[in-house]
Amino acid sequence: MKCRKCGGAAVLELRRHNAAFCTPDFLEFFQNQVREAIRKYRMFTRDERVLVAVSGGKDSLALWDVLIDEGYHTTGLYLDLGIFDYSVESKAKCEAFAARRGVELVVSSVAAEVGAPVPVIKDVTRRPPCSGCGLSKRYLMNRVALDLGVPVVATGHNLDDEAATLLGSVLHWQTDALPRQSPALPSTHPRLVRRVKPLYRLSERETAAYAFLKKIDYIVEECPFAKGATSIAHKETLNRLEAESPGAKHNFLLGFLERGRPAFERVEDVVLNECTRCGQVTTGTVCAFCKLSDRVKRSASV
Amino acid sequence: MKVVLRNPRREVQVAGNRRVKDVLRELDILPETVLVIRGDDLVTADQVVGDDDTLELRPVMSGGAVSARATGGVNEVP
Repeated sequence: MKCRKCGGAAVLELRRHNAAFCTPDFLEFFQNQVREAIRKYRMFTRDERVLVAVSGGKDSLALWDVLIDEGYHTTGLYLDLGIFDYSVESKAKCEAFAARRGVELVVSSVAAEVGAPVPVIKDVTRRPPCSGCGLSKRYLMNRVALDLGVPVVATGHNLDDEAATLLGSVLHWQTDALPRQSPALPSTHPRLVRRVKPLYRLSERETAAYAFLKKIDYIVEECPFAKGATSIAHKETLNRLEAESPGAKHNFLLGFLERGRPAFERVEDVVLNECTRCGQVTTGTVCAFCKLSDRVKRSASV
Repeated sequence: MKVVLRNPRREVQVAGNRRVKDVLRELDILPETVLVIRGDDLVTADQVVGDDDTLELRPVMSGGAVSARATGGVNEVP
């Protein structure tokens, strides 16, 4: 198989683009896709500091790597979820990456902020672990960004993540969720920072290939709680479609963003308040994070 | 030839001297779901691998909680 650009030996075939690339041309393709994402959604400027949420996995470290190479002013944020050895190892990967690239990494601990690590939150709430984990991550990403005075948080969500979320929303016709699925969520309140996903045009195989080819040491093991998650089932379904019809995931997501999403947009009638306890944004009076934290602390004191 | 699989890590022996895509098919693995690694290199599905080769098939899927789907960044009641 030959590289589409230079004719040399290819290392990766991208069936959805009907192309294959050698290492240098694949890395350039990857950078171009990130540039296009940032440009198209005006995610951030070169004057802005960007908080990159990193988990130690391939996507977030690939994102941080490419933004550093592009000359953006970045700070990494690692959220310690307290998930046994998985968190110990993933934190070490982030610290090693930050040291190697000479960039700043901020660490925030869910156990310190919520009152217990993710495995205990799961038991206290009796909900799937991804529920309390996702809530805590979204809250802490926003709060750390506000504390640091950073206007935007970038996450490593890729094409597969976004297509799986879209499939989940469509399967349940969550018409409130559909207009909010976007590679860039603007700040709609002074205490809510912008959130962007610069890898939304790249599949997880492409981000894995980028991380491998750039010799980024990332955690290959999955989160022990990911097994059986609904989003994984959606990804597997989409991968089977992709095998039969290359480009299916790309067309599903990008077609939605360009043609489907506008049909679901309507004037937001949600009123955003500031939580009476912590000051973060909520649609109620006390935010879900504070309620979660109360519940965890109540449980611990019993 | 030896094939290294991950999550959990394990090794299997399969016949070599055939294309990567044939190895993947025998193991019932979709090409889109793995990186195929030989030493320090990635190999494409049309390449022939020898009996003495070792291939790592590294899964690329990640996740659990995917995007904040309905919240637009605002946390609702869990």
